[in-house]
Amino acid sequence: MKDFLRPPALSLRFIPVWRRNFMVWRKLAIPSILGNLADPMLYMLGLGYGLGGLLPQVAGVPYIAFLAAGTVCYSTMNSATFEVLYSGFSRMHVQKSWEAILNAPLTLDDVMLGEITWAASKSLLSGLAILSIIWGLGLYQSFSLSLWLIPLALLIGFCFAGIGLIMTAVSPSYDFFMYYFTLVITPMTLLCGVFFPATQLPHTLHQIAAFLPLTHAVDLARPLLLGRMPEHVFMHVLVLAGYGIIGFHIALCLVRRRLLK
Amino acid sequence: MPALSAKQLRKSYGQHEVVAGVDLTIQRGECFGLLGPNGAGKTTTLRLLLGLIEPDAGEITLLGHAVPQEARQARLRVGVVPQMDNLDPDFTVEENLMVYGRYFGLSDNAIKQRIPELLKFAGLVGRADSRIQALSGGMKRRLTLARALVNDPDLIFLDEPTTGLDPQARHLIWQGLRGLITQGKTVLLTTHFMEEAERLCDRLIIMDNGKLIACGSPRELVDQHIEPSVVELYGDTAHSWAERFGTSLCERTEIAGETLFCYTHDSEALINTLRSQSTLRYLHRPANLEDVFLKLTGRDMRE
Repeated sequence: MKDFLRPPALSLRFIPVWRRNFMVWRKLAIPSILGNLADPMLYMLGLGYGLGGLLPQVAGVPYIAFLAAGTVCYSTMNSATFEVLYSGFSRMHVQKSWEAILNAPLTLDDVMLGEITWAASKSLLSGLAILSIIWGLGLYQSFSLSLWLIPLALLIGFCFAGIGLIMTAVSPSYDFFMYYFTLVITPMTLLCGVFFPATQLPHTLHQIAAFLPLTHAVDLARPLLLGRMPEHVFMHVLVLAGYGIIGFHIALCLVRRRLLK
Repeated sequence: MPALSAKQLRKSYGQHEVVAGVDLTIQRGECFGLLGPNGAGKTTTLRLLLGLIEPDAGEITLLGHAVPQEARQARLRVGVVPQMDNLDPDFTVEENLMVYGRYFGLSDNAIKQRIPELLKFAGLVGRADSRIQALSGGMKRRLTLARALVNDPDLIFLDEPTTGLDPQARHLIWQGLRGLITQGKTVLLTTHFMEEAERLCDRLIIMDNGKLIACGSPRELVDQHIEPSVVELYGDTAHSWAERFGTSLCERTEIAGETLFCYTHDSEALINTLRSQSTLRYLHRPANLEDVFLKLTGRDMRE
């Protein structure tokens, strides 16, 4: 077996890498939270009340209540994606922070684990920010069920950080990430039931959407906010975790080849 | 037990063998130089020795640990100054030391206690809260050196530590390195400044095309490979002078552009001849490591 394909060797040495990123974030925490919050908030409130006023009901509930779960999902997806793509690329390629860390007793596996857990943590932070608005506006049916969105935000973050790290691993420059947003993230947001039920789409597109991770995130989040236990919880969790784990491993192999030659 | 030993180290990329059977042993407390032109395989050798990349063949023992298998344990006791500064631009001077110390598993308290000493070593007392962007090139290099000492390492790797620095900054780095050697630290240094190697290194090796081509103390290498006296002649008539007198008045000549290098054991006759003419400018000096380096690796440009 090729050496760079070996499975990840995980250790607790990733913690200082996570702390490093947290320390940078803390310096800019307020603008960062506002930035995370502003965009999804505007969409949720603008579309929710503006467009929602024209719609009788969507899937049996007011449009803004329908949109709330979608907003949690796509904002946590974006949060982790931006973190591993732009900030991760800065640390890997521009600032050479990873190379500096590799001279200490850490491996690339530790560095990447620090990055993915940090990106998941950032998703958790933006998930919490959106959730607090949702709680404030009363856009939930059962408070205790809505609490499940907290671990879900972490899982969505992990999932998309894993996939995103593949892009980081192969990217020659920041411009490259535009393809990922245009070809993957934006279509996914439109196909996976964030803004409208995926069943509205032509059958083929609906079938494709069933394979996309964001669909599984939405299928978990929406019932939880509407006061029901989601169906097929285990399968949805497995898909999200699977995308994250497989993405992480592919990315790790690619970064090993990129940096450790 | 030596601080570092490597036997028959090999590493290829495609058809190109970058490290082609390197043996080296570094004793504890020694300052060891790894010299060679660009592309000789110095940095690849360092990365192999640190366990960052796996050799195709060969054995490495770093501070008693087999590398790359136990590279993590070995690197706990090692400090590294990379060729390019990679200080963390998101942090201040002090935060850089703090964050880097944590990678070694040191507690925040232990690092905090060490920071004043490191700042003093780097000549950055009073700059603890400066941003990295506000530091000069020399300051950044000194901070990178201080960062490499955060875990109080036994062995320090330095990859071209003074490249791109002005003479003042370079002397400050040398002073710092001599201090470390006096403290008993083992130092492995790559450089292509012969003066640096001559000043600092107890022993050194010269690499070219992935192979060792010479090994010894700077003095030994000069004695072994080069005649003790060098006369450099400048001017457009140097060539014709070389044809007339070169072979009779010195043992060996080399031409580089408009300069003629005459190597000899006895320079008296040569100097007397030169004094009696007025068109050629000349410089008479003892042979040094650079002469050895150029003799062994040639005068061609390396890319």
